[in-house]
Amino acid sequence: MKARFLIPLVFFVGLIVLFLIGLGLNPREVPSPLIDKPVPEFALPRLHDANQQLRSADLRQGDVVLLNVWASWCTACREEHPFLMELARRGEITVYGLNYKDERSEALRLLKRDGDPYVASAFDHDGRVGIDWGVYGVPETFLIDGAGRIRHKHIGPLSFHAWQNKIQPLIAQIRAERK
Amino acid sequence: MTRLILAMLLSVCTGFAAAAIDAYPFDSPEKEAMFQRLSQELRCLVCQNQNLADSNAELAQDLRREIYRMVAAGQDERAVIDFMVARYGDFVLYRPAVNTTTYVLWIGPFALLVLGAATLLIMIRNRAAADGDRELSAEERQHLQSLLNTAREEGPHP
Repeated sequence: MKARFLIPLVFFVGLIVLFLIGLGLNPREVPSPLIDKPVPEFALPRLHDANQQLRSADLRQGDVVLLNVWASWCTACREEHPFLMELARRGEITVYGLNYKDERSEALRLLKRDGDPYVASAFDHDGRVGIDWGVYGVPETFLIDGAGRIRHKHIGPLSFHAWQNKIQPLIAQIRAERK
Repeated sequence: MTRLILAMLLSVCTGFAAAAIDAYPFDSPEKEAMFQRLSQELRCLVCQNQNLADSNAELAQDLRREIYRMVAAGQDERAVIDFMVARYGDFVLYRPAVNTTTYVLWIGPFALLVLGAATLLIMIRNRAAADGDRELSAEERQHLQSLLNTAREEGPHP
């Protein structure tokens, strides 16, 4: 009989736990349905040379690669740029770029000024390929395994924290799978 | 920094709250109606509480253009919705599909309503049983009578 008075308390505690979990989630991070799917097919002109193309097949390297969606108008991209430069310098992983809804001259000027961490960038002027990748907030970074499957999507600027805690272990895991 | 970004996003989202108007030519009123319906039922992922019809974010414009292309090419509603879900997930749907992950979402409110109604009903019944009009037992009646008698003998209290 006395335990009945505990029911509201149990409800309340349950609610608090739900709120704690719910408020800790980032509503801007929408999980991508593309995880574990093959990369969307595309063929785009390269940023540096419009006569050459960058295709989805180029991302199937046998080893993990990153595809970083960026634009010269995107301020948050400036934030992660030094980190990408560091990655390129360390040569730990190949980084491709998807230049999203940008002007070629602006994008090239930026890379010239701040450095170019990408082995190649695809030039997605109208953002049509970006839609196929489910891009909704630049910068976004996709981790692609050797078979050309998307294994992880990072939304927002890459940080050392996310790299160490999430991406690096995943890269190690994917590389271990192949052995 | 994040505050600044949020503030800027907000200003982008609410700056031109008036519904976006694109001059898309349709060859039939049915297709136009389908386009309107779809852009009202799909969420803009940049301004998350706006649908594609209301949002003027760049992505919303691009996605409306994509919907227009598909509708004008004679594709049906299902095809457009599948296209969006394949790229952006169930989150783009203002009316998410009923599946194992959305059962709680769809059934939860009704389950809570039934639970609440049942609890209320039980409580009301219990209370009615506890303090409802009940005949006094013979013993109680006797006790009452004796109390009344003593009161009468002692006379009114000062």
